[in-house]
Formats: sequence, C-alpha cells, structure tokens
Amino acid sequence: MSLRMRLARGDHMIWFTGSALGICLLMIFGLLAIILVNGLGIFWPHAIEQVTTGDGSVLAGEIAQRQAIPNPGHADHLLNHRIQLRTGNRDLYGFDFTWVNESDIVKRERPAGIFFVERSEYGPLVGTPVRIMEGEREIASDSKAAREKLPGLVTKAASDRKAIEAVEKDEIGEVNYEIERLRLEARRLDFRQGREPGLDFAAERAEIQGREQSEQARYAELEAKLVGLLESAAGTRVTFVTVDGQEKELRSLDIYRAYPANELSVFERAGTYVSRLWGFLTDEPREANTEGGIWPAIFGTVMMVFLMSLAVVPLGVLAALYLREYAKQGVLVRTVRVAVNNLAGVPSIVFGVFGLGFFVYFVGGGIDRLFFAEALPTPTYGTGGILWASITLALLTVPVVIVASEEALAAVPRSMREASLAMGATKFQTNLRVVLPAAAPGILTGLILAMARAAGEVAPLMLTGVVKLAPELPVDSFFPFFHLDRKFMHLGFHIYDVGFQSPNVEAAKPMVYTTTVFLLLIVVLLNLTAIQVRNYLREKYRTAAF
Amino acid sequence: MTDGPMKTTAPDSGLRIRTAVPSKGDSPDVRPSEAEIVCKRVNLAYGENHALHDISMEMEARRVTALIGPSGCGKSTLLRCFNRMNDLIDNVRIWGEIRVGGLDVNAATTDVIEVRRRVGMVFQKSNPFPKSIFENVVYGLRIAGINEKTVLQEACERSLRAAALWDEVKDRLDESGLGLSGGQMQRLCIARAIAVEPEIVLMDEPCSALDPIATLKIEELIYQLKENYTIVIVTHNLQQAARVSDRTALLWLGRLVEYAPTAELFTAPKDKLTEDYITGRFG
Repeated sequence: MSLRMRLARGDHMIWFTGSALGICLLMIFGLLAIILVNGLGIFWPHAIEQVTTGDGSVLAGEIAQRQAIPNPGHADHLLNHRIQLRTGNRDLYGFDFTWVNESDIVKRERPAGIFFVERSEYGPLVGTPVRIMEGEREIASDSKAAREKLPGLVTKAASDRKAIEAVEKDEIGEVNYEIERLRLEARRLDFRQGREPGLDFAAERAEIQGREQSEQARYAELEAKLVGLLESAAGTRVTFVTVDGQEKELRSLDIYRAYPANELSVFERAGTYVSRLWGFLTDEPREANTEGGIWPAIFGTVMMVFLMSLAVVPLGVLAALYLREYAKQGVLVRTVRVAVNNLAGVPSIVFGVFGLGFFVYFVGGGIDRLFFAEALPTPTYGTGGILWASITLALLTVPVVIVASEEALAAVPRSMREASLAMGATKFQTNLRVVLPAAAPGILTGLILAMARAAGEVAPLMLTGVVKLAPELPVDSFFPFFHLDRKFMHLGFHIYDVGFQSPNVEAAKPMVYTTTVFLLLIVVLLNLTAIQVRNYLREKYRTAAF
Repeated sequence: MTDGPMKTTAPDSGLRIRTAVPSKGDSPDVRPSEAEIVCKRVNLAYGENHALHDISMEMEARRVTALIGPSGCGKSTLLRCFNRMNDLIDNVRIWGEIRVGGLDVNAATTDVIEVRRRVGMVFQKSNPFPKSIFENVVYGLRIAGINEKTVLQEACERSLRAAALWDEVKDRLDESGLGLSGGQMQRLCIARAIAVEPEIVLMDEPCSALDPIATLKIEELIYQLKENYTIVIVTHNLQQAARVSDRTALLWLGRLVEYAPTAELFTAPKDKLTEDYITGRFG
C-alpha cells in the first residue's frame, strides 16, 4: 500500500491520540507522585546522625537533604556534596536547619539514647534526657532512669493538657461568653433608654449586675481551679543535654512527643508515623502554622463547601427552571443566557471584591446596624466571615450550575412532560413531580463541577473571611451553634500562608506538600460522594439523558 | 345532547370518585360516561399551515370512534384538540366549536386542567413515569390532591384490573414502571389514564409500537372499556379500525371525507376517496 493511502487511512493517528492521553496521564500522576512523596514523607521518624566537623564542633539531627555543591567555573563544580541537618534547638543555636559540607566531616555516628522531642515552642529539641525534677525533688538523676520515666510523663502531659484545655476553652469560655452577652444586654438597655428617656430600667440593670457578679464569681473559681491544675502539671521538669554539651530544661507539660530516634524498630517507627499523621489531621496548628495540625483548616474548608452548595443549588436550579420552562424564548432570554455563560469567565478575585463591597460592607453593615447595634463598633456581620465567603463562592459557581441544570432539564423527554400534562397536571406540578426528579442526575453533575471549582478558589476567600489562624471553629456548643459570622481557616489559603508567609521557611516547605495532599483528598472525597449520589439517581430515573 | 347541564359536573376538587366500593370483578363498577364529543366547523392552523378544515362530526357516548387516514392528514391534530394538548405548540390557532360532554373546550372561561382531567389520553409511544408502578397509576389522583393511602390503593387496583394488568403486576407494585414489557407499559399508561375516571379516553395509535399479541390484548381492553368510557382512537391500521370501532371517520389533508358506522364504511363506502384508501390504492 502506498504511503499516501496509509496516511489517508489515518491509522497513524491512533498513536497521536494515544500519546496525547499518555502525556496527560503522566502529568497528572507525576504531580500526584511528587505531592505524595514530599508530603507524606515528613511524618516518618528518621534516625539522628551526629556529625563532628574538622574544627571540632558537633552537630546532630535528621538529615533533611543532600545536595551537590554548585561551584560554577571551577573544576569541582557539582562534585562535592553537602547535607542539611535538622538540628532543632532553635532557642539554643538560633537556627533550625544547617548545611554541612561532607568534606568537612571528620566523624559520623548514630548515638544511642539521643531523643527527638516535639515541644510547644522553638521547634523540636534534639538531645539526651539526663535528669527529671518534680518540684524540688529529683526523681531521676541519670540518663537511664530518665529514659524509663519519660514515656509515662509524656502521656500524663497529654491528659493534663486536655484537662487544662477543657477548663480554659469550655468552662472559662462559657463564662466569658456569658459576660459578653450581659455586656451587650446592658448596651441594648442603654439604647432603649436613649429612645425612651421616660422609662426606668433600674430593675433590669440590677438583674444584669447580679448575673454579672455571679459570673465573675464563677470566673474566680475556675481561675483558681486552673491555677491548681497548672501547678500540679507544670511542676515536673526534664533536663536534656545537647550534643555540644548545652543543657535545656523543659516542663513535661510542654512535651508533645519524645522518642529515641536511633533505637526504634521499623514497627515502632510505623507506629510513630501513624500517630503523627493522625495528629496532623486532628490537632490545631502551632508555631505560626509550621507545626501541629490542620484540623481547623479541614473543618473550615468542608463547612464552607457545604454552605456554598446549600446556597448555589436552589439559586441555580430555580434560575435554570425559569429560563428553560417559564420564560418566553426570545431575545431577552438568549441575552440572559449569554450573560450567565460570560459570568463563568470572570476572574475569581473580582468576585472577591464584589463580595467584600456588597456582602460584607453593604449587607453586613446593614445587618449590624439593625440587629447587632449594641456590639458596634466591633462588627459582627459587617466583616468577613464564613457566611459571606460561602455566598461569594456560590455566586462564583452559579453559572456552572445554571448551565448544567438547563441542559438536564432540556434532556427530559417531551413525552414525559406531555404524559403529565395530559393527566391534568399544571406546569408547576409537572416540573415538580416529573421534570425535576428526572433532571436530578444532570443537576448533580453541575453541583459536582461547582464544588470542585469552589474548593480550589482562594483569592475571593482572602477578601471575604479567611484568616491565617482562627481562634475558634465556626461551630461550637454555644447557642446558636452555627456562628456564621466567624472567620475561618481554609486549606487552600493555608497552603499559601505556610508556603509564602511563614517565618521558618525550611520547616514550612514539607508542610506545603502535606497540606496539598489533604486538600486534594478532601476534594476527591466530596466529588466521589456526589458521584455516588448521582449514580444512584441515574439508576432510579433511567430515561434521563445523563 | 346539547341541552341541559352536564350530568357529570364535578364538585370542588374537580374530580369525583365514581365508585363507592371496590369490586372484585374484572370490569370496574363505575358510573358509565354520558359524555359525547361534538365538533362544529373546527379549523386549526399552525402559523401559515392550515391543518384542519371545517371538521364537523359527533362522537356518541360509550362508543369507539376511529379516525383513519394517511400520514399527515390531521388525525392526531384533531385528537389533540379534544384535550387542548395543541396548546403546547406555539403559533396554533383554533376556531370552531368543540364540546366535550357539553363543555366548550376552547372557551376563555374553561379551565384547561378541568378539560384534561375529563379527557384522558394514551400516546403512541408508551410513556410511563420513571416512578414505581403504583405511583404511575395514582399520579393523576395525587395531583388532584388525593393522598389518603386507602383511596389510592383502591383506585390503583381498580384501574389495573380494568386495564387487564393487575394479575401480572400485583406483586411488584413498588418496582419501576420502566421495567415492564412494551405491551405492559402501554396497558400501564391506559390504567394511569383511567385511574382518574375521565369521561373520554383518547388513544393516539396506541398499538403501533407493539407486537400482534400485545395489540390483541389492548384491543380486547378497548372492548371492555367501551362499556363505561367514550373512546376515540387514531389508527393507521385499517383492520384494527374495522375490528374495534363502532364508527369510523376518514380524514384526508385536514378534511373530513366520510364518517359512517364502521361496517358501512368498510363494506359500502360512499366516497371514492374512501374506497381507494380502504382498498389500498393509495394511503
């Protein structure tokens, strides 16, 4: 067969289509692999190397990186190597990470008995425990005794911290909440006094004062309780010695985890890995988001996606229903459709600016003046919050939902509508009972696309309510339980913050990858759930087109 | 037929259940329909296309009237006039009088929902809803506001028996209506149509998508339904028209060519066009 005929048959094009798909898959899996390897690797407890350099200084730490030293223009360009050690002990050395040229190293060893300690300040500590004091009493005076007692102390410290947090956050928090409410009540009375000067509010004011006093008494009580807890918990102190001979005393209360890095079996390392992973998902962040966990960001992201879905589905579906079923198909409807499609192309930061100007300042300010005047000048809804952020994102994704819903509604066969109308149903009844259920799978497709888009947008959130560190979750046990005026944390923003705004760049680098892993995981989980629901509905309404 | 108020005037809900007690026999114990259809010089145009010209005919109560004719002659269009389904098409103009059981279908004061409840329709391609068989049958009752379980169950059994489908589906009323065979789905649609006890049942080529056995079953059904309902059937199938109907009308290019008792039309047609059509010289 001649070459021309072969080309006309087009068999060679299969290779092009296959390669195109192959390249796409390679890029996707490559991205996933890089993120997973870099992100999930940080939880593994590595061995601690102790390194003595030519000038006699001793350093110890996990090996974070190994690099070829660039020396352009010289003969030894990229021939020599250097290693980056995570020495920890930032309070003693002034740095966390340091580079050491391999050519300078005189001795390398892995000392037994050296511990990697995760603590509440100044990053990790690398050293050997030598002494434990309880108050004035010494309960362990050498390394061996200290090592034996240490695990018990760490466990006790964890439960102590929980007890202290319970008193601080829940009980004292409740008292503070009550006191704040009473203050707002008093201000509300002030306003009423201003409007109706004739009336006397002495009785109400007396009541408020009485309640305030009882709350203050409770506060004093709880404060005493807290002090007592702290005294008993913070009394135990552990002294560590670093490889260069410096001593550091830590309260056991400040120790989150401590393990002998060079003596763990693979099984124990795996256990530490899982424990760290779990902690990452459920703890709150510490040290300017470079340590601790991302739980508030996970919670904020998921809650925001749910709120956004609640807002976008009714808005989008009803709009699509009107456009498709009720509006007279003419120039006006076509223009509206074009406008909706164009809205999908507007850059997301523009939505952020709109959300700030309209929702936060205008609507939020109005709500504050009408309902929360007593709290002013502190804004309640007149500042960014999870409600405004969710609504802004709902606006961002509503074109997607409208387009998908319109397609789904158009795909419902005419015969089904005629059957319903011929039975004497009104158009509304037909839409409600027959058309919308049949279009449900397509509408869910729109929702899936919307959720995927919204979970990844960060720019509009920065203007409407996301923060680096939120003191509390938007949901808690105080009425009204869902505090939609609170600011929240978001995984996408967390990645940006940890990567670019962090004071400790080296420690933050792996956190960026890890947070990305979980953001991807959450988006995938949300999408899978929606897809499952859609498949179920598709089975149920088999005649729908998609 | 044109004097006196309609004997089947409905109370507030627009629908009344005609049976007091569900019966166990094959034919339902409904009060037979008294409604007839009267057309006087009915004309219909889609935009520029004048589809029906001066159709005048009377279809008696509790009789089967067949509309036959070549494709595009306006049979389905005329049928759809009786329950105002042509309203769904843009640019349709209708003039002339159509009275269903004495009620002027096109009057401005007539509620189209009322008309459609009194005039049921079965379509060419069966179109059960993607719901359970039970929900399909009681759909008309639910949209009329009737939701009491016992009433719905009685109506469902009665309609399915009348449609000769009860024995086949009584154990799977909760399964999807789409899981039935073609003939069963069409009978389901008939059950759905008669569940609301309309006066008239319109059938637009109900058997054209079915095999001969299923067709036979539906024709037997039409025989039985004739006792209580007025039926108008559009069909391409001359033998079917001959078997099933009491009176037959031949339409051609939107005009009524001949309208006579079936036996007469098929054995001794008066118009040459009719004779040509029946004998198959064209059509």
